[in-house]
Amino acid sequence: MTAAVETGLTTTIHGDRVSLLRVLGPAHVWALGVGIVLVGEFTGWNFAADKGGALAALIVCWIVGLLYTSVAMIDSEVTSTVAAAGGQYAQAKHIVGPLMAFNVALFLVFAYTMLEVSDAILLGDTIVAKAGVEGLTHNSFIAATIVVLAWLNYRGVLMTLNVNFVITAIAYISIVILFFSVSPWTQGAVLKLNELVTPGNSLPYGWIGVIAAFQFGIWYYLGIEGTTQAAEEVRSPARSLPYGTMAGMITLLIAAAMTWYVCASLMPWEYLGITYYPLWDAGKLTGSPLLENLLFIATLLAALASANGCINDAARAWFSLGRDRYLPSWFSAVHPRYRTPYRSILFLLPIALAFAFIADLNQAITFSILSGVLQYTFMSINIMMFRKKWPLGSIRRGYTHPFHPLPAIVLFCLCMVTFFAIFLGFGSQLIAMTIFYFLISLWFHFYRYKFVRRGDQFSMPWPKPQGY
Amino acid sequence: MARYTPPEQSKAGQVFDIAVVVVAIFVALWLPLKLGLAGAAKSIDPLDAKTWDALGQNATMASIWEKLGYTPETAHDIIQNRFHYIIDWPTLIIMAIVLIAYFVFLFRASDKEYREVINEKFDDK
Repeated sequence: MTAAVETGLTTTIHGDRVSLLRVLGPAHVWALGVGIVLVGEFTGWNFAADKGGALAALIVCWIVGLLYTSVAMIDSEVTSTVAAAGGQYAQAKHIVGPLMAFNVALFLVFAYTMLEVSDAILLGDTIVAKAGVEGLTHNSFIAATIVVLAWLNYRGVLMTLNVNFVITAIAYISIVILFFSVSPWTQGAVLKLNELVTPGNSLPYGWIGVIAAFQFGIWYYLGIEGTTQAAEEVRSPARSLPYGTMAGMITLLIAAAMTWYVCASLMPWEYLGITYYPLWDAGKLTGSPLLENLLFIATLLAALASANGCINDAARAWFSLGRDRYLPSWFSAVHPRYRTPYRSILFLLPIALAFAFIADLNQAITFSILSGVLQYTFMSINIMMFRKKWPLGSIRRGYTHPFHPLPAIVLFCLCMVTFFAIFLGFGSQLIAMTIFYFLISLWFHFYRYKFVRRGDQFSMPWPKPQGY
Repeated sequence: MARYTPPEQSKAGQVFDIAVVVVAIFVALWLPLKLGLAGAAKSIDPLDAKTWDALGQNATMASIWEKLGYTPETAHDIIQNRFHYIIDWPTLIIMAIVLIAYFVFLFRASDKEYREVINEKFDDK
């Protein structure tokens, strides 16, 4: 039996200090970010069409793309400077304070765990739909997906992200193949955008529908900020994280535009808004069995890649909470052989399984979006505080994002619009979740914080922040 | 400033804290589902005449619906299932108050804790 003691930044086993392995490069960062997000093109984004029409889905694709470009710019600067596992959690700890860090870690865990749940439901439903066997349910497929991916994560981060790189690349290439197979430069042969998106139905609910569509517009890109979770396992964080994140964002903007164009040109918005498999349906509607099967496989791969990345990220955020004693330090153990946060991976496994069986796809997506938007609101304020406490030139930054404070202001304003969009459909849920975060914050501030070593919360070699 | 030494937490205390967190997670995520708070309000605006024309579908749209295996009767409940966006001002105000109160508490309490961290970290040097 292994005797493990968790202290500070590492786990000590039989006197040897064990830490996370630095084995990842920019391609892995890209695979982690795009792998988590790409499933959004295969399902989820299209619910924006349900809320506001096909044109609203395109408008929010662009505007929410702006929101995420701001997220990627801000994140790249802060993370290339605060390179520690936990990503935004470590940022909050060094810039705002322990309670904010605790909340940010919970945002991350909830957003990623519910995204993992959504992926597993999508995968199960897709297989059941393809099989077309009466009485076949998605339960066994969901359970197998979550358990096998958790095992993969348990075994090692390099293997996990190598697998992600391959399956994400295949899923992405399938979108490109579909796009060029339908002669996108010609209308009327396969694509019929003019006849499906008409002046009469493009915005069926008017501009209020466009605002409502923001809720699911987030799904085009939700999770790209997850690249920062690998900060402690990347060989050169200052270089790899900005490159990987920005390349991922560009990749996703291209994929989102192609996906909208093909899907809106192949199916009526009412159907597009409710289908769980818009790209697979697009493949079917081309009449090509090859494309249909390719998009079926790509939907499964995208769901797998996303769930895989989500387990990776949620476990690292939870691990960080344990390591800093914000939660019991038992969670901070690193596996002596595989060098992974194995207890955190195992702890989150039954939670994901439970919600995969009690929530439907739409609800799981909304849970994830809610935590994501709360986190983006924090990020917009965080960068302002970062620049104020350590102005340019006072510390070494791996990357400095341009046009400050414009990205932060844009991000904050778009978060407010998204809160309003969520209110239009899921207001009570938003209030319930915010009350939960409020109560758990009281628990942390007035009870749990007494177990936290104060000075250890600041580990960066920076000067004292201005104003303190 | 004297360095703060946190108390050692017993195993039972750790288990209790884990249980608190697990219960809180399930209450936060499961309760809205159980109470029916999750999910957007949509309702079907029924039509008497169930034809593609009455459903606002042109020839291209109708052919795609048929390719997907739908008839005007089976597509009716999908096409006519609409959102009714009504701004419920009291709920909106409550939501805004809850969100603002949460973030104000978060930043103020965090700042208090952060000052302790900074004082201990930099007074040690």
